[in-house]
Amino acid sequence: MPTSVPISWYLILSAILFGLGVAGFIYRRNVITVFMSIELMLNAVNLTFITFSYTLRQVDGHIFSFFVMVVAAAEAAVGLAIILTVFKNRETLMIDDVSSMKY
Amino acid sequence: MTALIFFLFAAIAVLCGISLVTQTHPIASALSLIGVMGSLAILYLQLGGEFIAAAQVIVYAGAIMVLFVFVIMLLNAGAEGTSLQVSNFAKYVGILLLAAFLGLISFVIQAMLPKTEGVVFGAFQGGTALNIGRKLFTIYLLPFEVTSVLILIAILGAMVLARKEI
Amino acid sequence: MDFLILSLIKAAIIAFVLLTTLAYLQWIERKVIAHIQLRVGPYRVGPHGLLQPLADVVKLITKEGVIPSHVNKVFYLMAPFVAVTLALISIAVIPFGPEITIGPVTTWMQLTDLNIGILFVLAVSSVGVYGVALGGWASNNKYALLGGLRSSAQMISYELPLALAVASPLLLANTLSFRDMVNYQSGYWLGFIPRWNVWPEILGFVVFMIAGFAETNRVPFDLPEAENELVAGFHVEYSSMKFAAFFMAEYANMVTVTCVATLLFLGGWQPPFPEPYSDFVPILIFVAGGLVALYHGLHPARRMDRFTLPATALLFLGIAAIFGVSFLVPVLKTILMALFWFCGKVGILLFLFIWVRATLPRFRYDQLMRFAWIFLFPLAMVNLLLTGLIVALSSK
Repeated sequence: MPTSVPISWYLILSAILFGLGVAGFIYRRNVITVFMSIELMLNAVNLTFITFSYTLRQVDGHIFSFFVMVVAAAEAAVGLAIILTVFKNRETLMIDDVSSMKY
Repeated sequence: MTALIFFLFAAIAVLCGISLVTQTHPIASALSLIGVMGSLAILYLQLGGEFIAAAQVIVYAGAIMVLFVFVIMLLNAGAEGTSLQVSNFAKYVGILLLAAFLGLISFVIQAMLPKTEGVVFGAFQGGTALNIGRKLFTIYLLPFEVTSVLILIAILGAMVLARKEI
Repeated sequence: MDFLILSLIKAAIIAFVLLTTLAYLQWIERKVIAHIQLRVGPYRVGPHGLLQPLADVVKLITKEGVIPSHVNKVFYLMAPFVAVTLALISIAVIPFGPEITIGPVTTWMQLTDLNIGILFVLAVSSVGVYGVALGGWASNNKYALLGGLRSSAQMISYELPLALAVASPLLLANTLSFRDMVNYQSGYWLGFIPRWNVWPEILGFVVFMIAGFAETNRVPFDLPEAENELVAGFHVEYSSMKFAAFFMAEYANMVTVTCVATLLFLGGWQPPFPEPYSDFVPILIFVAGGLVALYHGLHPARRMDRFTLPATALLFLGIAAIFGVSFLVPVLKTILMALFWFCGKVGILLFLFIWVRATLPRFRYDQLMRFAWIFLFPLAMVNLLLTGLIVALSSK
């Protein structure tokens, strides 16, 4: 195990987490799990922002990350309210079953 | 010491991410996501982002994920059944392609950035609440005000969508 | 290595003292509530019930730990673990006193000073909601689920006034670390009034204490775990050590909230009047207590206490003698004085918690949520706005 960690490894970790988020978004059927994969992608992007902020020794990346968190909070609130409404009307949480407008 | 902390919490983050994607019960996925957020908070601390690490735990893991857990408990979401539409072949090829894509990206990234100096804990001292506050209220004042309006809209939208119809 | 060993020693001391305090806090609570209700409380197990916590611990350990068959085992076992771990972690950033020098070692009486100390405590209390929510849900029981959901909704609703009430002294002191916050409150106005944050921020202090009551699920906000309303709420399916873990988590949260209130508003470990006069207060208090105990112990009407009360008197006079001896050893004097004032203030606030429990009835759940969102949150916001306005106008 090397004693120092190059900065690119943080970006690689961020890419791995983003890839996992995309996999969860595409593969899973439960709408809440799909939503959580979106949050995982947002977290991976946050890590990228903080890493570049460290590289350039500026604090602007932290502020971007802060705004990403705020937008994620707003999106989670409205998205979960939409999920609750869909559940009340369709009685199901599987995204394959909400397909009445499909051809 | 820095490398040990990085490897430990990066491993925890990746394992929790894999568990998020593969667990059947949504509560287990939610707890895995909280594990990812916690380990990412430690990595932010290592990179000098102390305020963002605290904000991540307070806002993301302590409020947004509580909202997720509430909705899962209220809707009584159970374990997911097997899906009938995605073939197993497509799943495995997809995972292989994802791994290949991530390998390619990793190679490109680590060839782009300098390998000589490692991450030193304490090399970036500018992530304090003072610096963030200064920039947030002077240069980034417009996005700050716009996001406060955005949160107001989100609160109204969530209340309208989720209230009981009388 | 030096820093690591020092931190390990401090962590061991703090953990040992904290766990003993939690056990005896329960004894104090039962005695105080009993005396308020004109009865005696635990009296038989050891002198004046002093071994009652030990008996309770032995009982809880040796009780059969039943895991019901219908629970979700992983989350059922994880919930008390999470609750207790997070409740005990936030003591790590609480400073108990100033910088001391013992021999070659110079250190603060604090485990670690983060420069985001207050945010750390808020973060830990935010994540502490999961212990309750998971415990309620994993029990697979209607009452537990309702209690767990209500309790977590109450805790996250009252986090808002708590955070806003915390933000007002932060505006005054311009720092987030506890050490600098206590140093900001040093000094005296007019020579004898201490510069504590409670004088300009009395509204913030009241809001913080009320929100602290709700965060720790104490009366009058304890509907989610009321024994006679909701069949003990979210810990109805837990037995023996898991139940003891939830209990310990509640008391540890109480201690954390009172410690943070002392540091933010009441000046931490600093005495309320200037140094040369305030050094005699502990000696006077312990000598007076010892003499009162001695008088009551030797009174012929109290035959049952004729050994225990004089023993208590000797103990108090011994402590007063230690305080007196410490005048000769300056480092011991600093430690003892700081601990006396800090524990004195924390003790007064804990007595307030227990007093309120014995006195007030509990809120109904919708009254509780309405109180948080319609009254306490706007009040805390108005307090913050006024503080910000005054700080901005006076720093021209």
